[in-house]
Amino acid sequence: MRILAAFTLALGLSAPFTAGAIDIQDVTSPGGHSAWLVEEHSIPFVSLDVVFTGGAALDPEGRAGAVQLMTSLLTEGAGDLDAQGYASALESLAGSITFEAGRDSVSMNIRALTENRDEVIELAMMALTEAQFGQMSIDRVRGQTVAYLERAALDPNTVAQQTYLQLGYAGHAYATPTEGTPDTVAALTVDDILNAHAAAFTSDRMYVGASGDITAAELGAIVDRITRDLPVSEAPLPEYHRFDAPAGVTVVDFPGPQSVIQFGHGGIAADDDDFMAAYAMNEIFGGSGFGSRLMGELREARGLTYGIYTSLASSKFGDSYAGRFSTGNENAAEAIELVRAQFQWLADGGITQDDLSRIQTYLTGAYPLRFDGNDSIAGILAAMQFQGYPLNYVNIRNDLLRAVTLEDVQRMAQRLAQPDALQFVVVGQPVGVVTTTQ
Amino acid sequence: MFHAKRLIAATFIWAASAVASSAIEPQEFMLDNGMQVVVIEDHRAPVVVHMVWYKVGAADDPAGHSGIAHFLEHLMFKATDTLEEGQFDATVQANGGTHNAFTSWDYTAYHQRVAADRLSLMMEMEADRMVNLRLDRSDWLPERDVILRERGQTLESSPDRVFSEQMRAALYQNSPYGRPIIGWRHEMEQLTGDIATAFYRVHYAPNNAILVVAGDVDPQEVLALAQQYYGPIPAVQDMPERFRPQEPPQLAERRLTMHDARVGQPYMNRLYITPQRHSGDQREAAAFTMLAALLSGGSATSVLDRALTYDANIAISSWASYNGSALDSGVFSLGIMPVEGVSLQEAEDALDTTVAQFIEDGIDMEQLERVRMQVRAEAIYQLDDTAQRANSIGADLALGLTLQDNEDWLHVLEDVTPEEILTAARHLDRRESVTGWLMGVEE
Repeated sequence: MRILAAFTLALGLSAPFTAGAIDIQDVTSPGGHSAWLVEEHSIPFVSLDVVFTGGAALDPEGRAGAVQLMTSLLTEGAGDLDAQGYASALESLAGSITFEAGRDSVSMNIRALTENRDEVIELAMMALTEAQFGQMSIDRVRGQTVAYLERAALDPNTVAQQTYLQLGYAGHAYATPTEGTPDTVAALTVDDILNAHAAAFTSDRMYVGASGDITAAELGAIVDRITRDLPVSEAPLPEYHRFDAPAGVTVVDFPGPQSVIQFGHGGIAADDDDFMAAYAMNEIFGGSGFGSRLMGELREARGLTYGIYTSLASSKFGDSYAGRFSTGNENAAEAIELVRAQFQWLADGGITQDDLSRIQTYLTGAYPLRFDGNDSIAGILAAMQFQGYPLNYVNIRNDLLRAVTLEDVQRMAQRLAQPDALQFVVVGQPVGVVTTTQ
Repeated sequence: MFHAKRLIAATFIWAASAVASSAIEPQEFMLDNGMQVVVIEDHRAPVVVHMVWYKVGAADDPAGHSGIAHFLEHLMFKATDTLEEGQFDATVQANGGTHNAFTSWDYTAYHQRVAADRLSLMMEMEADRMVNLRLDRSDWLPERDVILRERGQTLESSPDRVFSEQMRAALYQNSPYGRPIIGWRHEMEQLTGDIATAFYRVHYAPNNAILVVAGDVDPQEVLALAQQYYGPIPAVQDMPERFRPQEPPQLAERRLTMHDARVGQPYMNRLYITPQRHSGDQREAAAFTMLAALLSGGSATSVLDRALTYDANIAISSWASYNGSALDSGVFSLGIMPVEGVSLQEAEDALDTTVAQFIEDGIDMEQLERVRMQVRAEAIYQLDDTAQRANSIGADLALGLTLQDNEDWLHVLEDVTPEEILTAARHLDRRESVTGWLMGVEE
């Protein structure tokens, strides 16, 4: 689940856009904080997305899952309201307030009607800054989380991605799961929760995206209201760490007829000047949208898998170029060699002009469909700031994508695809495949 | 994959009721050939939804040919004079777009969601297949297997859906609303490309269609494009009146019992024939909508939940719902799934007692205010979804309602009085209803 989240993020941010019309304002609040806004008064509500850099990557050694648990406790009693009181207060305002923890960030999503926006904001602030973290709530949610993690450990996909991350991010926060492990979560205390809260929500690592019926001045006031009661960050952010698993195969014994295989090597940073070429390259090679090379070779030509996808997992504090599929245990050896051969094909300049033109048509058409409402737009605005994209990016994105040449893609393929550096994590009982990773 | 989406949509009735607020007013035009055009501007993102609605649905299937409207919907993706089979689908996908089609009792609709700069491509293809479909040079037979499989997979494999089909068939004594949209299997097996073509020639024409374009577009440009692509298509001169057999006075309550080994939790459901939304007069329908929300608004504070689940441990769940967006009649439903140890008769009695008590006690004004707030908020939030807004407007127009009716609906809902809601509740007449019990197989 974590890897998928990272995939989604990378895709979401790297998709292009048509020359057109998203009018984004950079708003500066009276208190000097910045926020991005798409002002649209036609529908009387606003969506706010507030992202705080750090997230689960801030969990101290041995405390994995603290930020995640803390986040899920925020609406379980806050201020003078218990969990039910909080829910019914929100219901009577017909608003929505949710908190989410991710690998690199935590976020607060608010949806409020114009007629009672201030009340919804106050309710959100109550959760953000006055959560009770009562022992009973902690015990209950912690118990649910441990039960969930124990179930997740039985999912070969989860095992594959955790093993993959441990191999490539040893010693880094990315090596531990966002949700923690059953052991680390069971050991979390109230103090851990309070520390996670103080570290995760800080006014200087905050990015705000807003879309809907709100003016710049009104948004500025809300931004200042949010930052008013938040501390300035003290916990250091993790160092950047390029995925560096050794080449080879790692078999994790797991009963069942299928093997889940996660593969990859180091990737490319999201702020790389040639990221767009890498994006187009990956979409042609193993993207999810439209008949990729890997799908053609493994699924259509040989029926070895139902689906195989790769992604530029270019995260805030590390990057990898990774993919995953499942196949019958008896086909695992053949499939691994095929994937390696496809990476060779990629590095050797297999992509054609026709491949590139087709993917440009597809991607430039698909991109605007993401902007389908205030919630999506607010989320994209916050995420773009978090990733450091310029204000006009969405409006030049499709032009940038169209400007990618076959030469750019080939240069990138040569740089990025390294068949001999691939690490394959195989979770299952593959026939004729043994661990070679040192 | 594309088929799978249509399968679900085809059996789905749109509960059309979104409402405009201060959003830019939709623009309405009429082409010379009688095609209605509505443009909904939303410039937040360079995306466009393009839909064509035909004022023909499963309730217009000729007797003996049930399922033909839905079969035709599938066949609309076959060859035309200039497009090969599958090319429509492939073109939308290659351009990063999504598309869908669905059939209800009262209308059939086709829509695409694409980047705004590809609107004309969609229009060109949609206009082409309005009149140029060539089933004589398409392979229609496999598609009949597809719809038969669809019936098997989505309907016959589910005791709930079969039960619901039986309930509807028993509710209507004369109206074609009693027939399944997908058709009865024995009649579906006899459908052919020729039957579909005959139905197509009668009903698919600009003067029986509504174009809805929503998104990052300029209304005048849309009109110009519509004139370019749809404008040259001649109107059909003798378009049949939309006349359906109507219900006689219903005098006898109906009861059904169905046993099926796959039923995990038995439940009781009741359908009542009720009034539908009328152009210029939606108050009655609004009262039924509010009644359903008060009885079963999805919150733990609704009347049925409180009485049957929280105060007395009788129901696992209970429900009330209403759909008044239909040409000939609305349907109100009430139902209950009892907890272990409570019989269906006891559960049905408790449900009836609760509704009777609700009528006697009158409306809790605090609850009504909360429901009004939720209704108002939901109507606003729905506007955020341009595709849904286009759906709501397209469906209403296809039912003969107007843009004004669509826009008024929210205000009517808010305006409905407690007395009108109670009148609606008293109106529910067992003689115009069917009550069904769905149970497992007796040991």
